[in-house]
Amino acid sequence: MKIKRIGVAAIALAAAGALTLTGCTSGSPSSSGAAGDTSAIITTNGSEPQNPLIPTNTNEVGGGKILDAIFAGLVYYDAKGAVHNDVAESIESDDAQNYTIKIKPDLKFTNGDPVNAESFVKAWNYGAALDNAQLSSYFFGDIEGFSLDENRPELSGLKVVDDLTFTVALVQPESDFPLSLGYSAFYPLPESAWDDLEAFGENPIGNGPYMLDGEGAWKHNEDISLVTNPDYDGPRKAQNGGLDIIFYASQDASYADLQGGNVDVVDQIPEAALSSYADEFPDRSVNQAAAIFQSFTIPARLPHFAGEEGQLRRAAISMAINREEITDVIFEGTRTPAHDFTSPVIDGYSEDVPGSEVLEFNPEKAKELWAQADAISPWSGAFQIAYNADGGHQGWVDAVSNQLKNNLGIDASGNPYPTFAEARTEITNRTIQTAFRSGWQADYPALFNFLGPLYGTGAGSNDGDYSNPEVDALLKEGRAETDIDAANEKFQQVQEILFKDLPAVPLWYSNVNGAWNDTVDNVEFGWNSVPLYYQITKAAE
Amino acid sequence: MAGYILRRLLQAIPVLLGTTFLIYFMVFAMPGDPVVALFGDKTPPPQVLEAVRERYNLDKPFIVQYLLFLGGIFRGDFGVSFSGEPVSDILARTFPVTLQLAAIATVFLAVGGILIGLISGLRKGGIFDASALVVSLILISLPIFVVAFTAQYIFGVQLGWFRTTVGSGAPIQDLILPAMVLATGSFAQIVRLTRASVIETDGQDFVRTAASKGLSRRRIVPVHILRNSLIPVVTYIAVDFGVLMVGATVTEGIFNVPGVGRTLYQAIIRGEGPTVVSFVTVMVLIYLIVNLLVDLLYAVLDPRIRYVK
Repeated sequence: MKIKRIGVAAIALAAAGALTLTGCTSGSPSSSGAAGDTSAIITTNGSEPQNPLIPTNTNEVGGGKILDAIFAGLVYYDAKGAVHNDVAESIESDDAQNYTIKIKPDLKFTNGDPVNAESFVKAWNYGAALDNAQLSSYFFGDIEGFSLDENRPELSGLKVVDDLTFTVALVQPESDFPLSLGYSAFYPLPESAWDDLEAFGENPIGNGPYMLDGEGAWKHNEDISLVTNPDYDGPRKAQNGGLDIIFYASQDASYADLQGGNVDVVDQIPEAALSSYADEFPDRSVNQAAAIFQSFTIPARLPHFAGEEGQLRRAAISMAINREEITDVIFEGTRTPAHDFTSPVIDGYSEDVPGSEVLEFNPEKAKELWAQADAISPWSGAFQIAYNADGGHQGWVDAVSNQLKNNLGIDASGNPYPTFAEARTEITNRTIQTAFRSGWQADYPALFNFLGPLYGTGAGSNDGDYSNPEVDALLKEGRAETDIDAANEKFQQVQEILFKDLPAVPLWYSNVNGAWNDTVDNVEFGWNSVPLYYQITKAAE
Repeated sequence: MAGYILRRLLQAIPVLLGTTFLIYFMVFAMPGDPVVALFGDKTPPPQVLEAVRERYNLDKPFIVQYLLFLGGIFRGDFGVSFSGEPVSDILARTFPVTLQLAAIATVFLAVGGILIGLISGLRKGGIFDASALVVSLILISLPIFVVAFTAQYIFGVQLGWFRTTVGSGAPIQDLILPAMVLATGSFAQIVRLTRASVIETDGQDFVRTAASKGLSRRRIVPVHILRNSLIPVVTYIAVDFGVLMVGATVTEGIFNVPGVGRTLYQAIIRGEGPTVVSFVTVMVLIYLIVNLLVDLLYAVLDPRIRYVK
């Protein structure tokens, strides 16, 4: 299979729909085309990486933002989430299970090491081996030879054919495998990294559009200075001289710096400024749906939420929630009401999947369904939504609870856990006995990534233990399709079933909220809510 | 004198052991698994969780973890943070920044507070005294984040006199605004303390004696009144300096100061036991030393105070 350019037009339409819904300023880049100073350094916000800067051990945005700038993977994602080759010359497969990957010739890391098949295979083997305890190891879980029970230093599914070619054998067909290859876990590592990986994590050497500005460019808790990599001549060639990512402890601090002109672009807006930032930065702000899906999960093990009674109650709860009102009033329009289980920025997204009516506010119908469920088995007790109190969730949880109270006449409330760690631990250990907040940020722009890991039987992040053989079968069929449109059709059928079962109640998509100063031009935000730094231009001072 | 100092330092050892144990225990007992939180909303396979726990010794029982940590400290090894940085490096990086911030704040506090307190005390009931009292009352009632945000907006964004947050390398000029904000917290106390103390000293016999000897007011005020009024004020400033040294989380967060408070806060949120305990250990040390220095300073200010063995 060749990587196709996926439907850009369809996505643009979907994004436009999202914008009308929220009624805010669009973040389309100004097309003034001012040349800009190619030596100017762009300053932006970030956060201190939680882990050493090793691609397979980075799973959070702080480190991910840096890695995406200094590494080039086999493929990259453009602003619409469409996939294009970066390092890869071609990625081919006849059966969606065995892939042959060819790398462009004569590519180099910034220390002169060649980028070849070995650089990928070795890095992936390291990332997958159990003993190395890499945070992203499970991304290699579908490659033949991967094991969670014993340490295997090499994956049998990876074979170097020649200097620039390697093959990947998966345990099952996965048509979206090439789409995932732009994720940071799949970046290559230079030969020199293996001498001292610990030191490498402190001063990583990549092959991307930027590189570290010398040893010690990562000033912990302060910032990291990146400069343009003169040898990178790929599709993401930087239009500026470098990138200074300042680590902020709070969104307020980064916004104050934006106002004070100390930072060029920020991709987060503090709550206090959400209603005013679009006016303060006219035509220089964005508020658009992102690849982040928010919901609350009702575990299958809760009494009253299984079988036909469960379906009725879940649908009633979903219809009793006025998503428009909450996104407008509580989030100042910085969330987009959900119409499915994925995100509008993903290719194949549709607002009109049959069954999605269940997400529309309909209190009469909700009451009716709840009464029907009561006829099967009368409701008792309270309905609670657990959340972590350190994440700013109280507002919407209380609002949803109140709507459930008023529209269904039941006792509903939030159930706060003091910290994120505590809430996640209870969820992971299955000791939580209420519904709970859940969210998903896609690792790569594909419908499957929103569905498979969350709703497949026994899947990694299926925290509600949902299981439906029909869903499993359709997911499998979808992944076996070599044509992305045919695959997406299957995935939409999965969603039809999900709308009936509602393992999680979709709420809204998080928006990306960002703004920039008039010092910079051509600011556009990528599918993953991070600005496409390489194309930003800055006038000479 | 030397014996006194030695005894005080020896007393610090059980205090240090006790505090590290308690803090380590509290971080350990914090509900929630920091390794699970590392994965965000995603749930990794349990084997991966186990492997990561093992890497940070988090799979071992509490007392083993604590002893491993304690053993490391005696070898000068404070452990590593989740990001792979030695905690000793983090300490060496953040404490100087906070020290500078605390020092600048203390200078503002001491100079401004004592001066205004002195004038207020000498002109008790006057218009200056009344307005100083009102202003200090207002400052005392304002939460620090209100002062911080207001100062940042007015002086940073609107007037542009200061950088809105502290820039790379935390240069001194960037620390001035956050230091002034920090100083407002205790400013009112210093003014009031100095004022009360000056009023009291002003009525003492030795001041009247000095005046009747024919000494000028210019000499009486600094030498006789001020010096004798300073003991409670110095105690307060020193204790306050200790408090500032252990980090001003709110102010450091608002002004993005790469200091102790912000780093510690982040470590607590991430559940990084070694980082938290190492910081607290150093903080306890600083607190003990500052207190010792205050006690020694008494002797300088008041020759009547002597330290016996």
